[in-house]
Amino acid sequence: MADLVNLTIDGKPVQAPPGTLVIDAAKRAGIEVPAFCYYEGLSLQAACRMCLVEVEKMPKLMTSCTLPVAEGMVVRTETPTVAAARKSMLEFLLANHPLDCPVCDKGGECELQDMTFRYGAGESRFSENKVHKPEKQWSPVVFYDMPRCILCYRCVRICNEGMGVNALGIVNRGVVSEIAPNKQDHLECDECGMCIDICPVGALTSGAYRYHTRPWEMEHVGTICAHCADGCKTTLGVRNNQIIRGNNRDRSGINDEFLCVKGRYAFDFYNHPERLQSPLLKVDGKLEPVSWSQAIETVAKKFQQVREAGGKFAVVGSNHTSNEEDFYLQKFGRQVLGTGNIDHHRTGDVPALLDALSGKTGKLAVSADLYQRKAVLVVGADLALEHPFLSFQIRANYRHHQAHVYVVTPRPVREDAVAAVSLRDACADVFGPLESLRAKLAAEPELVIVFGDVVKGEAVRRLVDFGESLGIPVKYVALVDYSNSRGAVDMGLLPDAGGLALPEMLAAGDLDAFWVVGANPLKAGELRSRSAFVVVQDMFLTETARAADVVLPAACAYEKNGTVTNVCGEVQKLKKALGTMGTKPDLEIIGLIAREMGAAPVMGPWTAEKVFDEIRRSVRGYDIPVPVVAAGGAAQTMPVNGRIPLDGRPDLIRSARDSLFTSGTLGRYSKVLNSVVESRNNR
Amino acid sequence: MLYNEPSPHEVKVLTRRFGLENSASLDTYLATDGFKAFKKALEMTPEQIIEEVKISNLRGRGGAGFPAGLKWSFVPRNSPKPKYIVVNADESEPGTCKDRLLMENDPHQLIEGVLIAGLAVDAHAGYIYIRGEYRYLIEIMDRAIAEAYSCGYLGKNILGSNFHFDLYTHTGAGAYECGEESALLESLEGKRGVPRIRPPFPAVVGAFQCPTVLNNVETYCAVPAIIRDGGAAFAALGVPKAGGTKLTCLSGHINKPGVYELPLGFPVMKMIEEVGGGIRGGKKLKAFIPGGSSCPVLTAEECQDLTMDYDAMARKKTMLGSGGVVIMDEDTCMVRAALRIMRFYAHESCGWCIPCREGTTWIRKLLQRFHDGMGQRSDIALIGDLAKNMFGRTFCPLGDAAAMPTMSIVEKFYHEFEDHLDGKPCPYEKARQLVMA
Amino acid sequence: MTLSAELEARFDKLLKSYPPGRQRSAMIPMLLYAQDELGSVTPELVEEVARRVGVEPLQVEEVMSYYSMLHRKPLGRYHVQICTNISCLLTGGEELWQHACKKLGIGHKEVTADGQVSLEEVECIGACSWAPALQVNYAFHHQMTPEKLDRLLDSLRKAQ
Ligand SMILES: Cc1cc2nc3c(=O)[nH]c(=O)nc-3n(C[C@H](O)[C@H](O)[C@H](O)COP(=O)(O)O)c2cc1C
Ligand code: SF4
Ligand code: SF4
Ligand code: SF4
Ligand code: SF4
Ligand code: FES
Ligand code: FES
Repeated sequence: MADLVNLTIDGKPVQAPPGTLVIDAAKRAGIEVPAFCYYEGLSLQAACRMCLVEVEKMPKLMTSCTLPVAEGMVVRTETPTVAAARKSMLEFLLANHPLDCPVCDKGGECELQDMTFRYGAGESRFSENKVHKPEKQWSPVVFYDMPRCILCYRCVRICNEGMGVNALGIVNRGVVSEIAPNKQDHLECDECGMCIDICPVGALTSGAYRYHTRPWEMEHVGTICAHCADGCKTTLGVRNNQIIRGNNRDRSGINDEFLCVKGRYAFDFYNHPERLQSPLLKVDGKLEPVSWSQAIETVAKKFQQVREAGGKFAVVGSNHTSNEEDFYLQKFGRQVLGTGNIDHHRTGDVPALLDALSGKTGKLAVSADLYQRKAVLVVGADLALEHPFLSFQIRANYRHHQAHVYVVTPRPVREDAVAAVSLRDACADVFGPLESLRAKLAAEPELVIVFGDVVKGEAVRRLVDFGESLGIPVKYVALVDYSNSRGAVDMGLLPDAGGLALPEMLAAGDLDAFWVVGANPLKAGELRSRSAFVVVQDMFLTETARAADVVLPAACAYEKNGTVTNVCGEVQKLKKALGTMGTKPDLEIIGLIAREMGAAPVMGPWTAEKVFDEIRRSVRGYDIPVPVVAAGGAAQTMPVNGRIPLDGRPDLIRSARDSLFTSGTLGRYSKVLNSVVESRNNR
Repeated sequence: MLYNEPSPHEVKVLTRRFGLENSASLDTYLATDGFKAFKKALEMTPEQIIEEVKISNLRGRGGAGFPAGLKWSFVPRNSPKPKYIVVNADESEPGTCKDRLLMENDPHQLIEGVLIAGLAVDAHAGYIYIRGEYRYLIEIMDRAIAEAYSCGYLGKNILGSNFHFDLYTHTGAGAYECGEESALLESLEGKRGVPRIRPPFPAVVGAFQCPTVLNNVETYCAVPAIIRDGGAAFAALGVPKAGGTKLTCLSGHINKPGVYELPLGFPVMKMIEEVGGGIRGGKKLKAFIPGGSSCPVLTAEECQDLTMDYDAMARKKTMLGSGGVVIMDEDTCMVRAALRIMRFYAHESCGWCIPCREGTTWIRKLLQRFHDGMGQRSDIALIGDLAKNMFGRTFCPLGDAAAMPTMSIVEKFYHEFEDHLDGKPCPYEKARQLVMA
Repeated sequence: MTLSAELEARFDKLLKSYPPGRQRSAMIPMLLYAQDELGSVTPELVEEVARRVGVEPLQVEEVMSYYSMLHRKPLGRYHVQICTNISCLLTGGEELWQHACKKLGIGHKEVTADGQVSLEEVECIGACSWAPALQVNYAFHHQMTPEKLDRLLDSLRKAQ
């Protein structure tokens, strides 16, 4: 590139695009300049003065976090003057810092501790009394310890800029300045914990993690969040077979550091006291614990009887199980049980979108597109509540690239704050408002259209027609609810032509066997086939499990390997972080039933890798690069070609509209989510 | 109203109407050349106005002494954004009480100065940011502004020209830091008084993110005279590189404290002896603050042969600052002076950056302990050290303002710190109490 | 929250004094003028001002807690602010401060039991050349002496 700026940092010639900050230019040249207040992607503060560097021809030390590179600039980042300045900043900071590292949650991964070690400011010349203030609890999740706070304002910025919540502020002035929550003494916010994670010291801590362990005592397992369909990578801190915390500090996934309250804290359903840890068998109308072998044997025998008698099966799959499990389940249903009565709770019209896009390539957006594309149109979804990560991406796109955001929703949404135009479709017909946006949208260089379950069936085709008529490159996202809602569709947890869909299964009076894996259709419905043999695989004794003849305790997403596909069709790897005694992954359970029925040869081995191989070979679009996924990356399912079978039942598509603090069954058993909801209700 | 007798040494340019009957009224103003300069400026091009101000060698009177004409020339002429004139009437630098008199006695002079600045940079609105404690001045300014509107000196088509200008007062609410230009702009926008990252400077991105001329009250008040009588005439009153007069506020141990308009380059000792009537009680001069508490303190020796102007002060490693001259006699405890000054900065630190927020309070505590007789020898060096560690490293100049007087006092009055060691009571306390009695 | 007609008029004027979309600028003046009338910045006032300028109450809290003239607690009917900064210190401001505290039996930011007088030790109020100086509410009193202060405080305690 011709227009790079040439400068010298610590004697190294460095090139950087104009406008690059010296601190970033240095970083790219492998020179780390210490910083507390500077945080890539957030607004500049110049407050901590840690990043001071010497610049030739400048009389004073300069903050490299605000100084753009200039041609011929000569920067020195580690001179004695610079080191002395940094040491003095640390000395100033430590003057009022409690230095309670041994009991601080951040001990071991505290940036202040690291810096102090590096610049040797540990010895205090400060002998006056320190400001003391008791720690405050602001919410079930967030605690603030003012004396530890170094006022780097990262928390305030991530909440305002990153989250768009504006729940944190700075009050008072001078040495008694502190961070304050939005409701006087407490927070009313997303409880995402972003502020906690970004805090360089132990001033903000989480109720979930506090005093549970020391960072170095944990094993870190990178896997995918078990909740919504956005598919955030989360790194679980595991100790003694317990998940201690979730975060994504290593910025390894599609979500960089982002996690919402569910991804960061609501892993805690796995050790809820009501977690099933033994198979149950209905004896005289009561579910009694039995051994795994007895349970599997019972199921296999019954399934065999029904099959031999030419009886009627119905199989309901999950929005949460892995692609391998979904694939294996539908294969079992179709090939072993010989039924096309297969379905799951459908939450978005992905098939219609794939169908409408037949013959076109490059039309499906990945999550990065929401951050990079010049314009985004959100139709009928409250992303901040239902798709926190996608919402975060759009805000970041607006902040960093001034993206144009268009919103067509029934109610006000957080995206309004960054929107060029927000329209309310009171009459639930989105096309009126969309047409009124046509000219503006057509003037954009490119567009991503994100739509919720209000657009389904024929409307999806209309929406795609609308998008394609704009004459600009348009990509689409059909929103779905849960961690593997998309995989459930792709893997074929849908009825064959003529097969029963979920409501029809419930309504049919003549089912002989009803098999539910990781779903709770009887929460709101009733099974008319009273005499059907009901098998349920789940973590908890749900309404459906209560009605079962055999309940098989399933492992959760954090307890298994496999893959899931997010809302944008990005396939990512689940990595087993722990095991819960007495449970088995659904894949294994299905495999054991198959073996017991003598169907193992048809079904093949039930290891995740082997099943994934088969998926790659047989599921359209899934011939994705294995190494990318194996290495913890995300690979988008391939572009779609050809018509997708549609059962023409868009009426069955209904998002559960989980909010930030609910998550279907998982949410019911998360202490954190319940405590947040409770504390909000009590206010 | 005037609070002290004028001095025969004064050269009355900005204060020429002080003492006239109804000096604040538009009638008096018009009867004494008021708005003549503005009428003249209406006939001039913006470039000509700025050039005249450059010729006058008018330097900013708020403390930093930046050449006013040059600052005005930084406003991007072809920016499509509206431009603003902002008056810094926050006057909070300890030792300074001059802007108050300018607004109280001659508010229309300020209005006229603002209007001319508006012509020079094509601004059509202005805000006078007045510290909250000066409520009566806000009322005076509001009355004057209303008067000017009603007589066609503000508003649409001023004096039949096609120039429009709206002027508003805006009250502060207690914050020294809001005198710092960028913090002032934040405050004007309804935010905490935390400075902004610069560049961009206010001339390019100022009030409401638009190009803005921001000057001190006294700076604007000099403009009518400059345009009326020519920049050269104004320049000739002062010294090379610093034209005109400076309102100087004498305070402390002096017989005739008061605000006096003196030509730049006025000799310091003459000022003390002849304008100020000498040190109170016939005592000797110990220390001298030339322009508000932020300036490094000078000793009596350093004041000999010194003149009141920017460059002479710079040669003595101090500043002309805001014109707040504080005189300290031989019985003054410099540790106590340092403590009081640091207490001020610790109270006023906005808290944004680490060195100032933590440094001011730490040094304040050390000085307090020291003054209470519980200091240790090593503390003296520590006080100086911490001030040095603040100096030049803070986000805005308040940190420097806190560090400079401290460093100079530790350096120049080291022995006074020693006098407080070993639990000794403040040796100056007694003498001071005698004075008070 | 209902405000006096005068305050309403002032708020209206303030809200019109800034460029479109910049109503937040009126926040600090609104708080100060309202405090003059209500005696303090109450939580209701915070909410009210937030609503009128179109920000969250937290943003008003951030601002109000920054400025030293804005108070959450009511002050005395006569708020006596004595400067002890450098020029006043040199001319007896500190002694005046001590004297006032002793005489009223209250300290910094405290109010007499009858709510009549409150005291505050303040930073430079821009009266250095006429030091020592103090302000009673917004009125300046220059070149104070302990005797003048005595007379002033006596009159304030009795004043209506
Ligand atoms: C901490 C601090 C306080 C200041 N206070 C004032 C003030 O009260 N009045 C003022 O005019 N300038 C003050 N200044 C200077 C302003 O930042 C600015 O330089 C000045 O208003 C510009 O106007 P001038 O060029 O006319 O002096 C202060 C600067 C600092 C750093
Ligand atoms: S938890 Fe999230 S929403 Fe709540 S204050 Fe922290 S960053 Fe803001
Ligand atoms: S709480 Fe943490 S992130 Fe927030 S300002 Fe304090 S140190 Fe920084
Ligand atoms: S946005 Fe969705 S995937 Fe990401 S952490 Fe939250 S619930 Fe999990
Ligand atoms: S030096 Fe820093 S803390 Fe001090 S007033 Fe300036 S910005 Fe605020
Ligand atoms: S990182 Fe540059 S000042 Fe904080
Ligand atoms: S120092 Fe007291 S008024 Fe300035």
